[in-house]
Amino acid sequence: MMSSSLTSVAYLGATILFILSLGGLSNPETSRRGNLYGMIGMTIAVLATVFGPRVTMEGLPWIIGAMVVGGSIGLYAARKVQMTQMPELVALMHSLVGLAACLVGYANYIDPMASLNLSHAEKAIHEIEVYVGILIGAVTFAGSLIAFGKLAGKIGGKPLLLPGRHFLNLIGLLVVIAFGYQFLHAETIDAGMFALAVMTVIALLFGIHMVMAIGGADMPVVVSMLNSYSGWAAAATGFMLNNDLLIVTGALVGSSGAILSYIMCRAMNRNFISVIAGGFGGGAPAKKSGGDAQPVGEVVSISAVETAELLREAKNVIIVPGYGMAVAQAQHTVNEITQFLREKGVNVRFGIHPVAGRMPGHMNVLLAEAKVPYDIVMEMDEVNADFPDTDVSMVIGANDIVNPAAQEEPGSPIAGMPVLEVWKAKTSIVMKRSMASGYAGVDNPLFYKENNRMLFGDAKKMLDEVLVALKA
Amino acid sequence: MRIGIPAETSAGEKRVATVPEVVEKLIKLGFTVAVQSGAGDAANCSDDAYRAAGAEIIDGAAKLWAESDIVFKVVAPTSAEVALMREGGTLVGFIWPAQNPELMQQLAAKKATVLAIDALPRMLSRAQKMDALTSQAGVAGYRAVIEAANVFGRFFNGQITAAGKVPPAKVFIAGAGVAGLAAIGTAAGLGAIVRANDTRAEVADQVKSLGGEFVKVDYEEEGGGGGGYAKVMSEGFQQAQRDMYAKQAREVDIIITTALIPGKPAPRLITAEMVQSMKPGSVIVDMAAERGGNCELTEPGQALVKHGVTIVGYTDLNSRLAKQSSTLYGTNLFRLAEELCKNKDGVINVNMEDDAIRGLTVIKDGEITWPAPAPKLAAVAKPAAAKPATAPAAKGHGSAGAPASAGKIVAIFSVVALLFLLIGAYAPAAFLGHFTVFVLACFVGYMVVWNVTPALHTPLMSVTNAISSIIAIGALVQIAPPTVLGLDRPDGWILWLAVAGIALTAVNMFGGFAVTKRMLSMFRK
Repeated sequence: MMSSSLTSVAYLGATILFILSLGGLSNPETSRRGNLYGMIGMTIAVLATVFGPRVTMEGLPWIIGAMVVGGSIGLYAARKVQMTQMPELVALMHSLVGLAACLVGYANYIDPMASLNLSHAEKAIHEIEVYVGILIGAVTFAGSLIAFGKLAGKIGGKPLLLPGRHFLNLIGLLVVIAFGYQFLHAETIDAGMFALAVMTVIALLFGIHMVMAIGGADMPVVVSMLNSYSGWAAAATGFMLNNDLLIVTGALVGSSGAILSYIMCRAMNRNFISVIAGGFGGGAPAKKSGGDAQPVGEVVSISAVETAELLREAKNVIIVPGYGMAVAQAQHTVNEITQFLREKGVNVRFGIHPVAGRMPGHMNVLLAEAKVPYDIVMEMDEVNADFPDTDVSMVIGANDIVNPAAQEEPGSPIAGMPVLEVWKAKTSIVMKRSMASGYAGVDNPLFYKENNRMLFGDAKKMLDEVLVALKA
Repeated sequence: MRIGIPAETSAGEKRVATVPEVVEKLIKLGFTVAVQSGAGDAANCSDDAYRAAGAEIIDGAAKLWAESDIVFKVVAPTSAEVALMREGGTLVGFIWPAQNPELMQQLAAKKATVLAIDALPRMLSRAQKMDALTSQAGVAGYRAVIEAANVFGRFFNGQITAAGKVPPAKVFIAGAGVAGLAAIGTAAGLGAIVRANDTRAEVADQVKSLGGEFVKVDYEEEGGGGGGYAKVMSEGFQQAQRDMYAKQAREVDIIITTALIPGKPAPRLITAEMVQSMKPGSVIVDMAAERGGNCELTEPGQALVKHGVTIVGYTDLNSRLAKQSSTLYGTNLFRLAEELCKNKDGVINVNMEDDAIRGLTVIKDGEITWPAPAPKLAAVAKPAAAKPATAPAAKGHGSAGAPASAGKIVAIFSVVALLFLLIGAYAPAAFLGHFTVFVLACFVGYMVVWNVTPALHTPLMSVTNAISSIIAIGALVQIAPPTVLGLDRPDGWILWLAVAGIALTAVNMFGGFAVTKRMLSMFRK
């Protein structure tokens, strides 16, 4: 058994390891060590708790049993998941954290030991902590489940816009506050439990409603926002249990998710509030009518063989992947084409838009999976200046992130959103299944530019053909 | 339509308007191509090579001109050539309409459509691929250095040999336009110390990027004259410039001058005294010789030794590198043909709505359309419209673009201060300890996460997800705490809630770290 001080010191060590773990991700070189730090930190934290003064040996079989069951499910999922399904997995895992936060909150509330020896003010604060912890946990749980459903295609990507939805949310908030007041003044645990249950239901509905109202293109924001919530849920639990390790770790995760959400919002030139308020991703009718200027010009299509010819003659190629590449699972073919061209001395690079895909950094992971060297995978700001010197820019299954309307048409719904300036290359090739507009519901003038060619078809199939033509 | 390539007739001209490699591409656009027999001989393009590329070889200029719908030329046609031209035909080449008004009249009389490649609006970025002035000037700049090296008695690069130390040659290049920049790059590539000057201060970076040193004139005046050319400078500036040139002349071994002002004789930069002050064996290559020369002693078309300095005034630098010049020129014309024939059906459409084509077209169906009006504002307005796209770079510790306004900061600080005041006034001490830890941890997270590279955002999310399973501790401490006597604890309920909580977080804990590990192991250089 460890003493209370020893446990605290172990917690401190775990905290430092978690910070180092996040710090390690600043660079792919150090990231693997960062992950290792995280694992060590987690192991220390769990062992210190289990062998600490607050757990007796009677609990050990239960702990081991639960750990083995949960751990094997987790390891199995981690091994089986496809890289294109990462967003779903991450969303699902967030929901587990949310649910766990709820369970811990309830368990804590019915545990008379938790509020033993507390003064009146301390007891009130403790109960607020319980209430808030369960609230955040429930929102995270429900929201993440819906996000998972949307990402996995089990629920439609279109935003569900209930009439007066902001009003509904406001009422929900007021009811939550009202029951919170009742909860604080509940005489018995049973009386408080009713308020707690009502609040949980409202929080669940709120979480569902919130994510349902958000369209597919805004999913990166939602996923990172839920990431943030799961952190805040952990921090709230830490307050509830007077545990600094939980507070610190929760705050780390929470601020990490918040920053990611901020980065994603900025990459779309959107206000965080407006994303959360929803209604953009599927093209709200009011906004759609704003884009008055119909692009003029002709759409010129191109065959896979001609694409191969253009690529072979090019010196500088920039590939811009989007969600379409992930859907078609085309990343391996992309890598083969890249390798072939690089062997021929063509300078091939990738331009990644911050919100390409359904999760921050989604494209990077897919390209890494296909073994594309990460030093040729660039951020938007790094490659945007190089497009004028590029012979061929190839857009694979992306639309809004390469839409020149963002720069050229002040009236466009996506005006001001930073985009990859692929049209500045000598030739741009857009691989797409059809002329349909992207998630933002905005027509793309890029397709009508005179130096643009369209390669219609499934990305994987067309790229395979291009590869065959290249090798021929 | 048929494109005809006649042999160039002016004395010493070795270039040809297209080469076999380009002929193939023209044919792909739907044109047929006819080449006058022997047209490419001086540029190492044999009739056989043209034939192999799919062109028809025609004997004699008269037949070729008569049978071609479009004629690609390098040098402006003579009146004899214009006479051969088909009525209503199309001519593409260097025309210099300002200098050749008579030629313009003759061509107009032929009801011709004439595209003067020298009249291209060069500031259109779209037009760069057609910019033959640039491609030819680049070749000439390269050749100028080669000519200088040819008559210069020493190495360009410094060497330390067993037979002693050789200092590197010092080269001064006047005018950093396309030709000047090409000369800088070539001379620097040979190992010389290169200095360059231009009245347009903005080219200093380009000079440096090619390995040259930019020599400033000690006088304040801006010399950009629009369209990428320099303008005539004030007297005070010219005096300062002369002093600088005199100083350079005394110091360097080789001077290459490229200064031209549109529509005016070349500026006199190097006086006879400056030549005298140069070291014996020095070289001057005057690339402006055709327009009177930048050096007082230049004899156009010749290389002479005066005051012990070889002054090269060749006006045919491009013909001295005929194959390269022709290939680049041919490609420029091919790009133009692409613009004219967007449907790839071999029929050209001289679209006067297109800024680039409008600028090029000096005669349309016999009507003189030169000079073209300034290109529409579209080209100028674009950079302004593109401005919002320059998003602030997301780097460092949350440097999120422009700093917030003072009022906003004050507002935020007052709200936070009020909040802290309330917490301080009402919260018990134990809570404050945790609160301190919480706020500081938020800041640590903020600092750490801003440094995460965007490429690793997905691993960041999965690792933070794994770390957030620290919530397991909350469940662990509830599962079987040391019992306190006298308390009625619903052990069963709590146990099951805690066990479920542990199992759920264990999924995250193990799954999150494992999947992060799997992802990170994929990131390879």
